[in-house]
Amino acid sequence: MSKKKKSGRPHQSFYAKHEAVILGSLSIVIIIGIWQACWSAGMISPLFFSSPSAIVKQFRYTLVEGTLLADMKYSGTNFAIGFVLAVITGVIAGVLIGWYRRLRLFCDPFLNAFYATPRIAMVPLIIIWFGIGIWSKVFIVFLSAFFPILVNTVGGVRALDRDLLRAAKAYCASDWQIFKTLAIPGSVPFILTGIRQGVALGLIGMVVGEMVGSSQGVGFMVAYGGQTFNTDTLFVGMIVIAFSGILLTWLAERLERRFSRWRPER
Amino acid sequence: MVKLSIEHLSKRYWFEREDREVLAVNDVSLAVEDGEFLAIVGPSGCGKTTLLNIVAGLLPYEEGTVSIDGKRVDGPGVDRAVVFQHSSLLPWRTIAGNVRYGMEMQRRFDEATMRERADHFVKMVGLNGFEKHFPNELSGGMQQRVNLARALAADPKVLLMDEPFAALDAQTREFMQSELLKIWSQDRKTVLFITHQINEAVYLADRVAVMSARPGRLKGVFKIPFGRPRTLSLKRDPQFLEIEDSIWQLIEEESQKLNMVLAEK
Repeated sequence: MSKKKKSGRPHQSFYAKHEAVILGSLSIVIIIGIWQACWSAGMISPLFFSSPSAIVKQFRYTLVEGTLLADMKYSGTNFAIGFVLAVITGVIAGVLIGWYRRLRLFCDPFLNAFYATPRIAMVPLIIIWFGIGIWSKVFIVFLSAFFPILVNTVGGVRALDRDLLRAAKAYCASDWQIFKTLAIPGSVPFILTGIRQGVALGLIGMVVGEMVGSSQGVGFMVAYGGQTFNTDTLFVGMIVIAFSGILLTWLAERLERRFSRWRPER
Repeated sequence: MVKLSIEHLSKRYWFEREDREVLAVNDVSLAVEDGEFLAIVGPSGCGKTTLLNIVAGLLPYEEGTVSIDGKRVDGPGVDRAVVFQHSSLLPWRTIAGNVRYGMEMQRRFDEATMRERADHFVKMVGLNGFEKHFPNELSGGMQQRVNLARALAADPKVLLMDEPFAALDAQTREFMQSELLKIWSQDRKTVLFITHQINEAVYLADRVAVMSARPGRLKGVFKIPFGRPRTLSLKRDPQFLEIEDSIWQLIEEESQKLNMVLAEK
């Protein structure tokens, strides 16, 4: 796509080529500048808010002398284990439920109930079950990411194109061949959409889990910063979480695009 | 020698919405010779696609017999291949992968033969160089060539074509018709070709069977006297137009009758 644009319009100015990046960066710089100026003018109470300079200072402090790295590692481990488990089980269960009609009808009430309930409501129960160690957090991440992946996979397997099905049948395809050559490849984009949604919901699960029942992790860092009126630490935690979210979503989107090259709308 | 034989075939549907039975195909008998190109023409709703689906083995039937080489048709088989109206290509497979698909499903050839045949038929339909492209990168006409190559590569005894050019624009359709004749002339498979376009049927076929709507009955069979190869200029030949006209009259007569019946109701 970018190739076409370059060859189509060779004499674009530097600004025209990078308009999105330039305007986007400009807005960030201006907002941070205003924020810092208001802070320096004493318009913001340090009790309720922080400043860019204080956040950078606090970030460096927690990174070098504090527990930021350990917290990030702790949260990252929770998220990684829970999320990978959710992908594996979600895809397998989704394919089976999507393919076998009876299994779907059997699981449907249960699935609907779970899908409609915010999984966050189960956090206290999960902490009762698993304690406040790592496994309660892993399970919360797992539960948060599992359902979007499952539901999207089921939808993908069920969205078999009728024309393709007819063609496969005309060529004497067996059920197993239809499953292998139509149902599975056809559901890949759906699975990747599920994974992208699972990333977002899994992160929420991770943060909430650590806020409610943990003495470590980035979620705990935010909660603790709030309880001790340490807004600088609170902001550092929020920014770390925000950047992880942006990075993971971006990765998931790239993965999604990579596997949907054959899709006409891209 | 008769390749495909249809004897007293009838097909009834239960029409859910109106809670009544509809006779889609009514006592059709038709014999297609080995190596013959037979076209069935008729207005939409005359049961011609139902007929093709039965021959393809995609629809069960209870009354009458359909047989290929004397063997009763009971479901899809490797002796038939279908070229569909909508190209029905797997969007995630490349052109080469799509041409292989029918062979893969039928499991008649080993890997080397499949590769060789896929290669051969991609070339035959004039798509060499596009093997690694995806269907969405191809025009409608090119997609239908892939559809045709997939069917031919499966090496059927009878080729079934279900309005394969109906969705193409007029110019592409004419071009594809002459391409089809060129490809067909290379190994002269038995073809059953369904269309609603009279001049397409007359141009392509050795014989044209005309069906009428509701119930789908065979009205008549026209033998097309032109030799081969045929060129597109044949469509302006006075004799061609005459045949086209008499088929048109037969269909017209039928639809007028139908209108009268409807008016009486």
